[in-house]
Amino acid sequence: MELSGYLRPDGSIGFRNYVAILSSVGCANDVALRLGRMYPDVVLLTHRQGCGQLGSDKDQTARTLAGLGKNPNIAGVLVVGMGCESITAEYLADEISKTKKMVESLIVLDDGGLMAALPKGVRFLDSMLHETSQMKRVPCGLEQLILGIKCGLTDTTSGIASNPATGIAADRVVESGGTVIFGETPEIIGAEHILVKRAATQEVEERLYSVMNECEERVKASGMDIRGANPAPGNIAGGITTIEEKSLGAIKKGGGKTLQGVLGYGEIPKAKGLFFMDGPGRTPEALTGLSGAGAQVIIFSTGGGSPAGSLISPIIKVTGNPNTAQSLKDHIDVDVSSIIKGEETLEKAGQGIFQELLEVASGKATKSEILGYGMISIWNIGPHM
Amino acid sequence: MKKAIVMDAKDNVATLLTDVDKDDVVQVGTGEKVTEIRIQEKIQFGHKFAMKRIDKGENVMKYGEVIGQATQDISEGKHVHVHNVESLRGRGDLP
Repeated sequence: MELSGYLRPDGSIGFRNYVAILSSVGCANDVALRLGRMYPDVVLLTHRQGCGQLGSDKDQTARTLAGLGKNPNIAGVLVVGMGCESITAEYLADEISKTKKMVESLIVLDDGGLMAALPKGVRFLDSMLHETSQMKRVPCGLEQLILGIKCGLTDTTSGIASNPATGIAADRVVESGGTVIFGETPEIIGAEHILVKRAATQEVEERLYSVMNECEERVKASGMDIRGANPAPGNIAGGITTIEEKSLGAIKKGGGKTLQGVLGYGEIPKAKGLFFMDGPGRTPEALTGLSGAGAQVIIFSTGGGSPAGSLISPIIKVTGNPNTAQSLKDHIDVDVSSIIKGEETLEKAGQGIFQELLEVASGKATKSEILGYGMISIWNIGPHM
Repeated sequence: MKKAIVMDAKDNVATLLTDVDKDDVVQVGTGEKVTEIRIQEKIQFGHKFAMKRIDKGENVMKYGEVIGQATQDISEGKHVHVHNVESLRGRGDLP
């Protein structure tokens, strides 16, 4: 089938055509929410960061917020800020306008407060919605696709079925000239020696060890034990015993291609191919990081059946657990439990996921899109002042 | 026939594809290498059992890799999980 998307001014392709309101800081959420209530079709990107942050934590948040606005699935963005915050609306609007898409900023304190800011916001959103309603899809290849991959509510079927099948779809994307990003740093612990063998360069190998060691050091420095947090109770109930077992199954979701680089959290790759993104395994943060890194579609491999969705990047939920495929069918898009039952090969199931990816990218709604489930949550790595 | 899957020839555990009760016989493996193991206790779908005896301190192998260490002796057909296996990574108390 033919793939189609919205051609953006900078040559990137959006596989959805959203108008979004992006808060630059948590304090601006109220204004964003009020505008959002007037326009139910507009995507609301509110969060709790943007001020009182230091150094690398602040930089990471700024990069991720800008990345969310830059995501090609968004045709136009209204950035709402207060005027007193560290990560300003002007900064974000400037960054996002490098993509040449429609961007406006609203600074509540400069505009005379909430009541004065609202009509200005309404006018911007009106004109953006008018513009986007006239945009049409065009045929395109996979070169402009950034596919995000996540696994969640992992059980033992993840490593046996849904992750390797997803990995096959990931390989197809890379072979077609596209880009794949997978992440969740705690979940390479115990499997890193396998991943580094596929690193394109010595530098990539060193960077992978470096982000993983930072993650382990962070846990040790807290005097805590990673067990009890990862694997999580749901993983353990599903049969996963140790982080090593989880990781060995988890890395299969990225497929088998050469690892071109290790991205920072929310960092947009500057080349094509397979990338690893540093970040937590926790779902809302992991998904936000992928959207910030430019992923237009996300494949989410689940054992127990996470209902998670995304506000920006439609999520294709895949499970290899036959019980989950039945009991949570309102949340599952692709059922690959046929692998577990011995009814289908891994290769065939992987091809089925790839087919679903093409259809979703071209406009087919996923279950989590229909349910409207999603949130922005940015990975916090520093203290708040 | 109740089935379990083994991921690699080096593994000493298999993953159940169905719930099993004590004394059930489970078929493990594909192709020419098929074994049958008698289960020693009730174990649920997706959980692991020992394909052969694993001694306390011995590595537990899955995917051909070490996934942890046995904290007690585990006989063939017994449930292998958090009550008798510990992880070797991410621990606050290890140097």
